[in-house]
Amino acid sequence: MIPRYHAILFIVLLVASVVMGVALWQLRERAHQRLLSSQDSAPTQAPEVAQPEQTTLLVANDADSSLLTQVQSLPLPQDPGARARAVLGKLLDLYAAADAAHPVPGGASSIAQVFLMPAQNPESSSAPATGRQAKPSSPELAVVNLTGSFVATHPSGLETENLTVLSICGTLHANLPRVTQVRFLVDGQPRSTLAGHADLTRTYLATDAVPSEGAQPSSAALRVQFH
Amino acid sequence: MVLDAAHGGDDFGGRLNGEAEKNFTLALSVRLRSLLAARGMQVVTTRESDTTIDLNRRAELANHANAQACLSLHATESGFGAHLFVSSLAPAQPARFAAWKTAQAAWVTRSLALAGTLNSALLHAGMTVSLARTALPAVDSMTCPAVVVEIAPESAQARDSGQQNQGTLDDPGYQARVAEALAAALLEWRTEGRP
Repeated sequence: MIPRYHAILFIVLLVASVVMGVALWQLRERAHQRLLSSQDSAPTQAPEVAQPEQTTLLVANDADSSLLTQVQSLPLPQDPGARARAVLGKLLDLYAAADAAHPVPGGASSIAQVFLMPAQNPESSSAPATGRQAKPSSPELAVVNLTGSFVATHPSGLETENLTVLSICGTLHANLPRVTQVRFLVDGQPRSTLAGHADLTRTYLATDAVPSEGAQPSSAALRVQFH
Repeated sequence: MVLDAAHGGDDFGGRLNGEAEKNFTLALSVRLRSLLAARGMQVVTTRESDTTIDLNRRAELANHANAQACLSLHATESGFGAHLFVSSLAPAQPARFAAWKTAQAAWVTRSLALAGTLNSALLHAGMTVSLARTALPAVDSMTCPAVVVEIAPESAQARDSGQQNQGTLDDPGYQARVAEALAAALLEWRTEGRP
């Protein structure tokens, strides 16, 4: 005769075994579902990488106050605004390099955004005496939003600030010919000067910094023609 | 002659070896004023101390002086030698009433000639000189031959050495040479009788 407490213990152990079996089965199912879901989110295709394209950078040189044309191969996005930001990011990366001819800290992250919009009236902007007037079919205004940290660490001086501004304008125009005018914001707000000298309140003509045809690869806008 | 020592007061300008740009420009202005006065020239300065002067006020002072030449003095640690800037306004015919922000347009041709005279004198003093045109809010309102003179260290070696007396901005010998060259150029400008 089986004692009563043995029967109860047997039943309890049996129930516990069944419960643990069910629990283990459910845990296995959950692990399986998790595995399947992670497989679903895994990339099934390699991300599409843009083909490298030839880009033209107008790189400033403090030693002789010039802008030198430099051709680089970069993968660029199709969106014009993102494209402009990528090109300017590369330009500022060159300036942030240790052996830069125009040293400016910050690099690519100094360009917060570049907005492109129709230019209102290219002829009535504050045109300087130098620079060619390009007349593409639908001229655009580029608004370059710089970060406050870039402006705070930019070397101060009329020439170095002008070189930075003109190289940005020239690089934009060289890669996006429809950009004929450039304005600057800092952290989304208008600012009077870059680092105490270069005027950021005006609209710059992008063609200001483009060397004239047949000229040496230097800044046509920076070179004075004596009358 | 009008000498405009840039910045001043709350506006420190750039930092030059730890020194504010406003102090360097004031020192150069005072030194140049003495040299010009010694040569018999009448000199008007926009500031004689560490005070804040509005850009429009600087142009007003220059215009009231009816000067033969106006120099705006700046300094920088970037680049080498002297950087000369003339307004980028397109030359225009003198008018009885000129717009305040483009008053320099009627004087741009003569400003370019003044820059040429300064260029020759600075080159003669052995300095590296660069010439450029750009938008300059104060100078664009001046009704006189006006040039911005930005002084940088004499050479890359001078800048990188970080020591005095080697062509750095705080080298008294370099400052004296710059001031002498500018004074010689302004004397030549006046002697030639260019308005």
